[in-house]
Amino acid sequence: MAWTRDQMAKRAAQELRDGFYVNLGIGIPTLVSNYIPAGMNVQLQSENGMLGMGPFPYEGEEDPDLINAGKQTITELPTTSYFSSSDSFAMIRGGHIDLSILGAMQVAENGDLANWMIPGKMVKGMGGAMDLVAGVKKVVVVMEHSAKAKDGTVEPKLLNRCKLPLTGAAVVDMVITDLGVFAIDKHAGSGMTLIEIADGVTEEQIRAQTEADFKVALDGSRKAA
Amino acid sequence: MKKVYPDARAALEGVLKDDMTIMAGGFGLCGIPDVLIEAIRDSGVKGLTIISNNAGIDGAGLGLLLETRQVRKMISSYVGENKLFAQQYLAGELEIEFNPQGTLAERIRAGGAGIPAFYTKTGYGTLIGEGKETRQFNGENYIMETGLFADLSVIHAWKGDTEGNLVYRKTARNFNPMMATAAKVTVAQVETIVEPGTIDPDHIITAGIFVKRMIHAPGAQKRIEQRTTRPRLAA
Repeated sequence: MAWTRDQMAKRAAQELRDGFYVNLGIGIPTLVSNYIPAGMNVQLQSENGMLGMGPFPYEGEEDPDLINAGKQTITELPTTSYFSSSDSFAMIRGGHIDLSILGAMQVAENGDLANWMIPGKMVKGMGGAMDLVAGVKKVVVVMEHSAKAKDGTVEPKLLNRCKLPLTGAAVVDMVITDLGVFAIDKHAGSGMTLIEIADGVTEEQIRAQTEADFKVALDGSRKAA
Repeated sequence: MKKVYPDARAALEGVLKDDMTIMAGGFGLCGIPDVLIEAIRDSGVKGLTIISNNAGIDGAGLGLLLETRQVRKMISSYVGENKLFAQQYLAGELEIEFNPQGTLAERIRAGGAGIPAFYTKTGYGTLIGEGKETRQFNGENYIMETGLFADLSVIHAWKGDTEGNLVYRKTARNFNPMMATAAKVTVAQVETIVEPGTIDPDHIITAGIFVKRMIHAPGAQKRIEQRTTRPRLAA
């Protein structure tokens, strides 16, 4: 059985450490906040200008002046601070944020990431993603292992080289998919290594859905989600 | 010189002209100068270059200026919530210059601070870096980005005094403080206007020197794009 979205988020939460300042992207990465271990102090940064992001408000308590980067209504905590967009990206670009967890369309074996546009089709823009992957100490991608097209064909998302325009070159440290976990040594340029396999998934299944070359170094001591 | 004008139309009189560059504060629909945007629409000024993180949504915020085709070019980081925008862009009717959000924020900050250009790692090795000057510092690659300065900035603040000293509220601050500094004329719409001395000087975020004109906009429509809530636990 491949991992569900929640299991992927739970696995990503294993990358959190006490005292971390963390930026979570939209989609599955947002779910990671549900799995912060009890007693661990983790402050979530929202790049529109907030540190110490609280949970969604109760109905009737929504404040239009209080949103996250996904434009969702949220709440503040006793630890919250607010600041401008330029201060927010000083934190990000300046290397003060410990961990960025975000989604992707494609990741290459050298750590290249593409998640902001499909030429001629989609023009959403990169938002803060280019700044996050360039400035944050550790970058973890959480995504489906492959993309299923409308005609039923399966397109790999872990590639030798990204085909879509890049968000960042050699920026990804780890990829968590529904099938397993890959580490990327982006600094040494030594490529991608499969370090965990989801329960009930085989290495052959992963190879069949992966274009990127990867080594295998399964660490039995790391219990999968 | 009095900074407080009776309404948005009066505050924008003499500063609007075709083909000008306007910065508009806000993130999504949070902290946008909606009353001033409506007045820009009503003025009929066209051929605008708009610098704003987003392009509003269909029928709200800067989406109003797209409907009337007053915008020639957007400089933004994210336009995903606006169908009309995508439609006009893909049809070649609207130009867009995508900037990474942090690069956009810093270009505005730099422009307002008299800094013509700076180096950043953001976007190196991507489309954003193409054609830009690059340089290595301590073995890392950087691209050069230029400061931005506009003809007009329109911003939103929560509270201000008649000197133009401003305070923002929660995440409605976003791009507003930098944009206040980065234009020939900055016009602020303010929810509450008080007499000087009322706001603790230590709490002022934008100093009045940056604000040329202001209007009182108590009834600003604050729309929520993504209303998300959690269930109340049974007592």
